[in-house]
Amino acid sequence: MKTHVWRPLYVVIGIILIILIIRAFYVPSDFGVHERGYMYGWYRKGNIEEWKNFKVKYQGEGYCKDCHPDKIESIMKTPHAIIQCENCHGPAIDHPSEPPKLKIDRSREQCLRCHFPLPYPTSGRANIRGVDPERHNPGIECVMCHNPHSPSSGGKR
Amino acid sequence: MISRRDFLKNAAKGIVGLSIPLAAIEIISPEKIFASKGDKKVRWVFLVDTYKCVGCGLCVKACKLENEIPYDANVTRTWVERYVIRKDGKVFADTPKGARDGFTTDKIALGEGKYQEIKKEDISQAFFVPKLCNQCENPPCVQVCPVGATYQAPDGVVLVDRKWCIGCGYCIMACPYGVRFFHPVYKTAEKCNFCYHRITKGLKTACVQACPFGARQIGNIKDPDDPVSKIIMTERVGILKEEYGTKPQVYYIGLNKEVR
Repeated sequence: MKTHVWRPLYVVIGIILIILIIRAFYVPSDFGVHERGYMYGWYRKGNIEEWKNFKVKYQGEGYCKDCHPDKIESIMKTPHAIIQCENCHGPAIDHPSEPPKLKIDRSREQCLRCHFPLPYPTSGRANIRGVDPERHNPGIECVMCHNPHSPSSGGKR
Repeated sequence: MISRRDFLKNAAKGIVGLSIPLAAIEIISPEKIFASKGDKKVRWVFLVDTYKCVGCGLCVKACKLENEIPYDANVTRTWVERYVIRKDGKVFADTPKGARDGFTTDKIALGEGKYQEIKKEDISQAFFVPKLCNQCENPPCVQVCPVGATYQAPDGVVLVDRKWCIGCGYCIMACPYGVRFFHPVYKTAEKCNFCYHRITKGLKTACVQACPFGARQIGNIKDPDDPVSKIIMTERVGILKEEYGTKPQVYYIGLNKEVR
């Protein structure tokens, strides 16, 4: 065959070689077919560790108990015992070092998540006492009168 | 001209050849054999009790803060749907902001700023259904990824490699449950991963921990003593969109046919 046929072929082979060389450096060695085969298990294995190292923010009430046992003990005697501290106080993250102070959600909306009355059969919601927020002291925070750590003690501060 | 002898010989060969099942000539991959040895001790599954859910949305709030999902963007890894079925059979369902702030109105959002009021006496059934990634055994979202950025980890959880994702959005289209979305900050596909950083440390997922009513539970189906496994094995539980063959691993107690 004549050279005008071979020349573009060399160019194509050259381009393919360059791509393969770049690929060898760019694609990490742990990328490939793993446990579940090509369809579900074609991935970079190092990513699993990356996800495992993601920062935990919600520490759970066991973490709070170490420094605030009095608060835990008092709320444990009330119907609000089932609610995690961090649901209202916000995620602890590395408290007390970071953040040094947690931002408490004292909004009416926070209480209404459960205490807006929805009379739904086949849902536990129907069993929770509620108030009509448009009639029951609108505009002021519930915690002005009610103590969320002791809701059953007459409901009043 | 073909002779009678040759014809009979070739016909016999053909019949033998046809009778070999396709499986017999399938090339067996070493990975498959290795996996089938069964050294995997963990397969994460989820259990939702719709009777217990009150629609407070504390799970959605916790999920967004735990997993750094922009709080005010209209995207979320998990959400809670409200179903109200009227006595005339009409079904209403809504999930305002994914129930991030719960359900603080009895009006059902119909979209485009329209609301439907339903009288208490007209309700035949009403309940809440939390939704999250089903971590399917056969995840269609993983099949369609052209770059290997989403995959099933050995313990069954489907993860997204943010460094590898090119943001094509195929997986978002492929998920029959609509659990995937585009992360507004990282510009990659995003989904619930059962709080992989928590469950692998022995913690519960953020949503399970935040739920005051025990409506959400996570467990290991390979552990016969796991309380969640026991419920899934012995009680009546349902799954979503079984007909797709995705084998979802989020099980529901009290699932209704209206729930999609």
